[in-house]
Amino acid sequence: MVSTTAEVVYQRPESFTDVHTHYCPGCTHGIAHRLIAEVIDEMGLREKTIGVAPVGCSVFAYKYFKMDFVEAPHGRAPAMATGIKRVLPENTVFTYQGDGDLASIGMAEIMHAAARGENITVIFINNAIYGMTGGQMAPTTLPGMKTTSSPFGRDVELTGHPIRMAEILAIMDGSGYIVRRSLHNAANIRKSKKAIRLAFEAQERGLGFSMVELLSSCPTNWKISVRDSMEFIADKMIPVFPLGDYKVSPSLEGLKV
Amino acid sequence: MAKELLKGNHAFAEAAIRAGVEAFYGYPITPSSEFLEYMSSRLPSLGRAFVQAESEVSAINMVYGAACAGKRAMTASSSPGISLMMEGISYIAGTEVPAVVVNVMRGGPGLGNIAPSQGDYYQMIKGGGHGDYFPIVLAPARVQEAIDSIELAFDLAEKYRSIVHVIVDGNMGQMMEPAELPPMKEISKEVPDWAVTGAKGREPNTLTSIYLAPEDEEVTNLRLLKRWKEIEKNEVLYQEYQLDDAEILVIGFGTAGRVASSAIREAREEGIKAGLLRPITLAPFPQERLIELTKQVRRILVVEMNSGMMLDDVMKIVKGQVPVEFYGRMGGMTPLPDEILDEIKRVAANKGPGSDDPRDEWIPRLEGRILGEK
Amino acid sequence: MPVSGWIVVDDFYCKGCELCIEACPEDVLELDMDRLTPKGYHPVKMIEETCTGCGICAIVCPDAAITVYREKPVKQARR
Repeated sequence: MVSTTAEVVYQRPESFTDVHTHYCPGCTHGIAHRLIAEVIDEMGLREKTIGVAPVGCSVFAYKYFKMDFVEAPHGRAPAMATGIKRVLPENTVFTYQGDGDLASIGMAEIMHAAARGENITVIFINNAIYGMTGGQMAPTTLPGMKTTSSPFGRDVELTGHPIRMAEILAIMDGSGYIVRRSLHNAANIRKSKKAIRLAFEAQERGLGFSMVELLSSCPTNWKISVRDSMEFIADKMIPVFPLGDYKVSPSLEGLKV
Repeated sequence: MAKELLKGNHAFAEAAIRAGVEAFYGYPITPSSEFLEYMSSRLPSLGRAFVQAESEVSAINMVYGAACAGKRAMTASSSPGISLMMEGISYIAGTEVPAVVVNVMRGGPGLGNIAPSQGDYYQMIKGGGHGDYFPIVLAPARVQEAIDSIELAFDLAEKYRSIVHVIVDGNMGQMMEPAELPPMKEISKEVPDWAVTGAKGREPNTLTSIYLAPEDEEVTNLRLLKRWKEIEKNEVLYQEYQLDDAEILVIGFGTAGRVASSAIREAREEGIKAGLLRPITLAPFPQERLIELTKQVRRILVVEMNSGMMLDDVMKIVKGQVPVEFYGRMGGMTPLPDEILDEIKRVAANKGPGSDDPRDEWIPRLEGRILGEK
Repeated sequence: MPVSGWIVVDDFYCKGCELCIEACPEDVLELDMDRLTPKGYHPVKMIEETCTGCGICAIVCPDAAITVYREKPVKQARR
């Protein structure tokens, strides 16, 4: 007779607080948060990490992570992170930013943080819309996509084209790890976590600026179901924002995580 | 240490280094760029942080970050650059972290020019950024006083977890003057208990300026106001010159105050009992001393390098008890001692009632002077 | 013997978004229409005993509401 014992396959990360998040049901912000917390747990970084929250839906990110946090003005997270990292180089510093924050109002800050090779990690949530202010057009809104400020669909003749941040940041000499992943299903979530791990590994190894762009959902402002929002990422977003490794420092190649 | 001949901006920067500044983040702008240049040559070799940021917006947010980490952090800029920094300044005030901002003021509005001005009085003293907050503002008038103000600014910033502005004008930044620098201060190892440094062996710290519930924001605003009341009680600084028997009170700050003191010396030689009140802290303003002086003097002349901004504060305090007159130069013009002497003589001879807005009488006088100078 | 596992859903966190239901390869999850969480959502529950403890539900959960367990054989030490 073989006796058995219970093994925990998965449990809530230690780096999470016991707080119910304010995100809508099915919003992938929660998945991105969880992956960061898991990576920080696995690398044992919690007690030396300083997070920088943005303005946007994740403005309250600091409530959900059990670690030191600051809350930056809209778009300025990379500047605040720079200010912190330069005086506390031994600490782990990461920003968490949405597409309006990072690719619109904070474009100067993100580009120059990358150009300087600031040794910080940026988690970039791209859901192609402004969530917190009620679903307006974002710099990453897809051509033809309806938002509250492009009610007839984004007309690229009038409003320009979506911005591909991973591609842009990868050409900066200061960046050490720049990838795009997606959060629309379990397989891609696993790959996203691996990427987040490598981004933090890059920072721990002093390899310069690291950024993981995560294609994310916003069922509420896309006005579709949670299930359809995952299909929207797979069918509509990935063709515009191809997944892939845009820059990987040679020092990270072959690293088993 | 002996006095040396020091250039304003360099002296202020070195004073900040000796006061233990651990991070300087800035962006070039005339007439404050020497501050940034000096920091770029000194800080890296001391193992302290220096970044030339991509903009003033970014620079102030780097300061915000370092301030949250509990480090002595500062920036220096000039008027248009300060306008860009106002977002970050409001956040720093709202988060209640200490930081020092030096404004080497120039002519405006808009791009204006690079000549010395005091046109940022409202912007610096009344807040400038959004929301309910109260910056401490120091306005030194000579290089030595500016050197001393920098260390004081850090001390006040930390004591009250407040934003502190040190405002000078382009004259001060470019001026060479004998002054003595303090000895190098050792950097404090003490970490404030509110700072974000990694939550090792303690509960996590969060630094934010968001109070989504109006009830919480109101309590925060009240806390800032009560702290400001303490600052008003404890931290007023001013210089007096020839006030003991003064009948004509001249009020001016920074360069305007300094030029006025030369004019007062000459007026005294001509038998006019004039004296000077020069606020060193524009915020908090030396209100009590001014109220006392309204009981003593016959007439007040406010001298500024702007369109009469401090004038409004003086009028509010004097409440019509004594006639107040105004003389200002604007747009980067610095008044000469002779101009102010003429004004003192005119004011001393004027027995008329005061005006609700002394600017009304000043405008034609200034227009006349501009025509005469042509 | 098939691997057997189970999950515990924390009602405090669960928002009933159904991502786990979609993702479960064994189709053993369903919203519990008889219960409401403190925030007013129908939480997820297990409806079959065929859970393998694969953890996919937890991987897709945006609210870290799921703890996953698996039965593990204990090797008997030889006497």
